[in-house]
Amino acid sequence: MPVIEVDDLTVRYRSVTAVDGVSFSADAGEVVALLGPNGAGKTSTLETLEGYRRPSGGTVRVLGLDPVADHDRLTPRMGVMLQSGGVYPGVRPLEMLELLASVHDRTEDPSALLERVGLTHRRGTTWRRLSGGEQQRLSLAMALVGRPAVAFLDEPSAGIDPSGRQLIRQIVRELRTAGVCVMVTTHDLGEAEKVADRVVIVDRGRVVADGTPSELMECPGSEEIRFGAPPGLDTAALGKALTAAVEEVTPGEYLVLAEATPTNVATLTAWLAEREMPLADLRAGRQRLEDVFLRLTAITGEIPVVSIGDGSTPRGSPRQSGRPERGRRESGRGGQGAA
Amino acid sequence: MTALRRVLAQTRIELVLTLRRGESVLLTFLIPVVVLGFFSMVDVLPTPPGTEEPVDFLFPGVLALAVMSTAMVSLAIATGFERQMGVLKRLGATPLTRPQLLAAKTLAIAVIEVLQVAVLLVEALALGWRADHGFASALAAMALATIAFAGLGMLMAGTLPALTTLAAANGLYLVLVLLGGMIVPLAELPAALETVARALPAGSLSELVHAALDDGSASPSGGAWLVLGAWAAAAPALAAWRFRWE
Repeated sequence: MPVIEVDDLTVRYRSVTAVDGVSFSADAGEVVALLGPNGAGKTSTLETLEGYRRPSGGTVRVLGLDPVADHDRLTPRMGVMLQSGGVYPGVRPLEMLELLASVHDRTEDPSALLERVGLTHRRGTTWRRLSGGEQQRLSLAMALVGRPAVAFLDEPSAGIDPSGRQLIRQIVRELRTAGVCVMVTTHDLGEAEKVADRVVIVDRGRVVADGTPSELMECPGSEEIRFGAPPGLDTAALGKALTAAVEEVTPGEYLVLAEATPTNVATLTAWLAEREMPLADLRAGRQRLEDVFLRLTAITGEIPVVSIGDGSTPRGSPRQSGRPERGRRESGRGGQGAA
Repeated sequence: MTALRRVLAQTRIELVLTLRRGESVLLTFLIPVVVLGFFSMVDVLPTPPGTEEPVDFLFPGVLALAVMSTAMVSLAIATGFERQMGVLKRLGATPLTRPQLLAAKTLAIAVIEVLQVAVLLVEALALGWRADHGFASALAAMALATIAFAGLGMLMAGTLPALTTLAAANGLYLVLVLLGGMIVPLAELPAALETVARALPAGSLSELVHAALDDGSASPSGGAWLVLGAWAAAAPALAAWRFRWE
């Protein structure tokens, strides 16, 4: 049984629809990143799972429980890191962890936990005097005190320094090893790629893609080359040279609808060399997650039309049988299963 | 047992944080102590006829003041900021239930009030106050008033932004100090104002505490018990209805 099940979830605030038919699931020992731009509905989805809001439509289950109706049975097994706050301004880190340890039954040792998040030297400093990164570390520790079976981390790496990020990644890996189901929201693609087993990309309240980072970064058929160069290139002339369509997707970002054969790449670089145009970067076959993300969430308009994992899925085609709901999925409303 | 352990852990943190906040110590201990000491020794305030020493009037008054400071002002400000800072929200995701949180807050208020009464009693005795009766009724009135004031405090904390709660609680504190018969006897107020004052929780509380501790100069008023009882029923009910945790 999946630890988290979200089925056609809708969350509405008066006239605003924050979450619009989202479905996904997550298993024990799995790290799922909910990735999307600001306002995509990530926090609303998470807060529904945490029991803070009732779904306007659809159902959510955590550990088989209804987060609102079975709240008291869920809280002992749930770890929560809020996006901000959640701590008494005048409390000291150790006191806060000790308080949470007292209200939970199975707990981590507060001092050991403080050590693990690197706050031992700040144990006696009140929360309001901690730096933003230190506050994040405490907030993360608070999610772990009760030895949760499922952990919800809302933007854990926001405002934290690189060593803090590394610490978060390491702790998330440890949780996964311990069989905890971890749900992380982020708008940081690099973070999602590094930390998550699976990435669910949401935009405007809808799931636009769902798969492992490598599945998402595969290019459909590799039938395109993307490169960065000075803005305003003569795309028509370049298209003629390549005998393929060339499009300036955003200023300085180009898309060539041609297979990334050595010949095509050579033609492209030669064309740029003749004009003494520098090449910022060149991607073919595999895209960065950022490309996928931008393609799905911004460039293609309101409902992304580019299909990934659809039809002629290339090598390593995502799990098509067995767990259809888990493969990459084309957007559409509510996301029908992949082809 | 588990529930008790949770409530006690929460009570402990509430107490630690209350005693760590300077403005809360100022409000709950320093102001009543200074008011009692200063005006007992400097006889400038009007006292009801028949009062021999100012402390005889002031001690019941500052007891009422102490209850109001702790149960209404201090509670409202602390809870308002806890709500704004997401503390209440975060606690909502722990096994500590809301009734347990409220129980812990109530217990913490009771402990602070016991400390206040002890400190003020020692001070009053040092200032020559003597009484040997009426403690039970005075404590009953203070307990009832705690419920009423806590209801008002939670109503502000649960409906207003934290800074507005801070201002409203302090403003209300000032109004009720002046109209509460705590420092200035209700009888000194203009008639219309006195009627209003007797209908407020502060006025009815100090009336009851005065009546209980004074040596028979005033008789316990059934009306004041009714007024205070009504506040103690209405304010928490309204707070429970309107309170928003986020």
